Amino acid sequence: MEEKRHINIQYDSELREVKESLIYMGALTEKAIDKGINALIERNTELARQAMVEDDLIDKLDVEIEEKCIRLLALRQPAARDLRFIATAIKINGHLERIADMAVKIAEKAIILNNEPQLKPYIDLPRMAAVARGMIKESLDAFINEDVSLAEKVRKDDEIIDNLNEQIFRELLTFMMEEPHTIPRAMIISQISKSLERISDHAKGIADMVIYMVTGTTVRHKFPRVSEEN
Amino acid sequence: MPETIEITVKDLNFYYSGTVHVLKNINLPVYKNSVTALIGPSGCGKTTLLRCFNRMHDLYPNNRYEGEILLGQENILLNSMDLIHLRSRIGMVFQKPTPFPMSIFDNIAYGLKLKGIKKIADQSERVEKALRHAHLWDEVKDKLKTSAYELSGGQQQRLVIARALAVNPEILLFDEPTSALDPLSTAKIEELMEILKREITIIIVTHNMQQAARISDWTGFLMLGELVEFDRTDKIFTTPSQKLTEDYVTGRFG
Repeated sequence: MEEKRHINIQYDSELREVKESLIYMGALTEKAIDKGINALIERNTELARQAMVEDDLIDKLDVEIEEKCIRLLALRQPAARDLRFIATAIKINGHLERIADMAVKIAEKAIILNNEPQLKPYIDLPRMAAVARGMIKESLDAFINEDVSLAEKVRKDDEIIDNLNEQIFRELLTFMMEEPHTIPRAMIISQISKSLERISDHAKGIADMVIYMVTGTTVRHKFPRVSEEN
Repeated sequence: MPETIEITVKDLNFYYSGTVHVLKNINLPVYKNSVTALIGPSGCGKTTLLRCFNRMHDLYPNNRYEGEILLGQENILLNSMDLIHLRSRIGMVFQKPTPFPMSIFDNIAYGLKLKGIKKIADQSERVEKALRHAHLWDEVKDKLKTSAYELSGGQQQRLVIARALAVNPEILLFDEPTSALDPLSTAKIEELMEILKREITIIIVTHNMQQAARISDWTGFLMLGELVEFDRTDKIFTTPSQKLTEDYVTGRFG
C-alpha cells in the first residue's frame, strides 16, 4: 500500500528510522536465540559466549530506540496512526530487549550443561526453539507489513509453545524421580524451556501490539478463542 | 454521566451571497457542558459553521441558510428569531481580543446596560462576578477605571470572555481564541474553558490540533464544507474512523 507522506518530510524519515532500527534489532535478537539454542544442541560453548557479548549491542539499541520515540512524542506530538505506531514501537522495543535477555539466559545455561554429560537427546527443545523463533520472525513481519492475520497466527502459536513446555516438564519430572542425581541438569533444561516459553509470550506481545497499531483495538489479555467467537 | 444534547444541527447548508455553497448537509449534535472543537484545513467551513450558531452571517446581505439549528426545540435559523436575544444566549469570542475603547468596568457593564441593568450597584456586582468567572478579577480589581487597552493581550482576551459571561450565556463560541496569544496566556484561557464548561457549553474553532486534543471532549473534522467525522476527541486523535481524518490529524495534508 502506498503510504501518504507527511507534509514535513523530516518527520517521515524520523518515523522510518525507528522502524528500521526495530527491524535491525529484531534481526539481532533472532540471531541471539539461534546462537543460544545452537550452543546447547551442538554443545558449542563459543556460540554461547558470542550470544552473551552481542547482547550489549541489543541493549544499546533498546536505549536508542526508546530515546528516538520519546523525542518524537515530545517534538512531533503524533496523532492517530503515528501515535499508535510510536506506542507500538516502544513496546516492541521492550519485548525484543527481553527476548534477547532470555537468549542470554539460555546461553548461560548451555555453558553449564556443556560441561556435563548430556542428560538426554534434545528433541522437543529444538522444536520449541524453532516455533518460538518463527513466532518472533512472523510477529516482526506482521509489524513491517501491518499484517493483522499473520499477527493473529502468532497469537495462536503461543499455545503450541505452552503445550511443549508442559510436555518437556513432564518428561523431565520422570527423569528426576527415577534418578535424583539428574535433578540439577533437569532443572536447568526446564529453565531453558521456561525461557523459550517466555520468548513466545513476548512474540505474542509484539503481535498484540501490531493488531493495536493497525486496527486500534486492544486484544491483550484476550484469548484467541474468545475473539474467534465474537 | 448521561449526555444531554444542547444544540442539534440538522441538514445545514449555507450559501455566501446566496450562491457560494460553503456548508453542505452538516449534521451534528453539540453536547451540553462539553467543549466541542471544529477542526479542518483553511477554507473547510469551520468558522462559517461556528458563525451560524449566533447568526453572525446575518450582518451581511444575501447570505442564506437551509436546514435547522435547534437550540432545545427552537430553530434559531427562523427569520422570526430575535438576534439580540440569541446573541446574549450564545456569546462569541474572536481570534484577536476585541475590547471596546472604554474602561475595564464599562466594557463589561456595556452589555448589562443593554439588558436593562441600570443600577450602578447591580452593575458592580455583575462586573465583579464576571471578572472572577474569567479569572481576571485579581489582576484588575484595583484598576477597573483604566482603559481596557492597557491590559496585555491575554488579559484582554479574558476581559472579552468576562464581557460575554456577564450576560449569562448558555453557550460560548470561540473562534481561534488563542492564536494571537503567547503559550502562558493560552494555557490560562484553556484552563478557563475547562472550568467554564461546568456551567456552559463551548464550541471552539482552532487551527491548533494539540489544542483541540487538549481541551475538547468532542471533535468535528470538516473538509470542503462537509463534516467528514464527528466523534469523541480521544477517538479522533487515536483511532479515527475516516482515512481523511487520519491523514489530517497526522499531518499528511492540510
